[in-house]
Amino acid sequence: MAQESGTEAQGAAVHSGHPTPFTYFKVAMTLSIITAVEVGIFYIEDLGKGIIPILVVLSAAKFALVAMFYMHLRYDSRIFTGMFVGGIALAISVTLAILGLFQFFV
Amino acid sequence: MAEATAAIHGEHEETSTGLNNRKLLMWAFLGSDCMFFGTLIATYVVYQGKSLKGPFPIDVFNIPITSVSTFVLLMSSMSMVLAYAALRQGNVKSFRIWIFSTAFLGMTFLGFQVFEFRDFVHEGLTLKTNLFGTTFFTLTGLHGAHVTLGVIWLLSLGFHSFKGGITPDKHLDVDLAALYWHFVDVVWIIIFTVVYLFGVFPGIN
Repeated sequence: MAQESGTEAQGAAVHSGHPTPFTYFKVAMTLSIITAVEVGIFYIEDLGKGIIPILVVLSAAKFALVAMFYMHLRYDSRIFTGMFVGGIALAISVTLAILGLFQFFV
Repeated sequence: MAEATAAIHGEHEETSTGLNNRKLLMWAFLGSDCMFFGTLIATYVVYQGKSLKGPFPIDVFNIPITSVSTFVLLMSSMSMVLAYAALRQGNVKSFRIWIFSTAFLGMTFLGFQVFEFRDFVHEGLTLKTNLFGTTFFTLTGLHGAHVTLGVIWLLSLGFHSFKGGITPDKHLDVDLAALYWHFVDVVWIIIFTVVYLFGVFPGIN
């Protein structure tokens, strides 16, 4: 019985369209490289406030890679993506509201 | 494509959405947890640079060490997803190796955090020293609490598999834990940038 379910699962994995372990490894290496770039950029003092958009973009790229490949949002139902992105959108809205309330942008 | 995948996984259920309710609930929780961490990060940013007395971020942060702990957490996400993939392929033995590796990496990350907190307290920074201490320890401490819960969850799944409780046809149990674990990882990605890198970069403060 257990053997049967194992075989079924194996068959499902082959045809499911989920990434292969090698893809997961490539994503991990990309995440590591981006982190190394972030830390490297951090030591370039001449960038001044220009570092903010660079690091925001790099962090967003890491966030998206994990969500798409490791959390399988790229392969799963769009309802899940909607729920997660909706939460993120609300979180960003709340963050901006708090920052505005405390005159952070002034 | 996504629908075909879900059908193969047996995730099309007789629910109003056609999706598994447990997984839907997990995504709803993760969405709400985004707001939880969003407010904590916003609070940290609002009070950044407003502490009247030290220690300040530049006095205590050690970017190379935090970079290593960040790397450890990123690698734990890879081992988590490999545990899930192994289980889906019916390889329970490989699943156990990866799930315990993930838990070990999670504990390593927590070890780094305990070391960091201890170091900060020695430097004179506590929860009530200044605004930086309050917002920093609240944010990173609650993230650490999430990681701790995740480690307990992963270990329980690993040990449960020895009793036959985790089998390939029950991969959803592992999928839910994996989603939680990856979420903890993405939150740290934001914290590392906003709190640590922005916190001590000379051009910003």
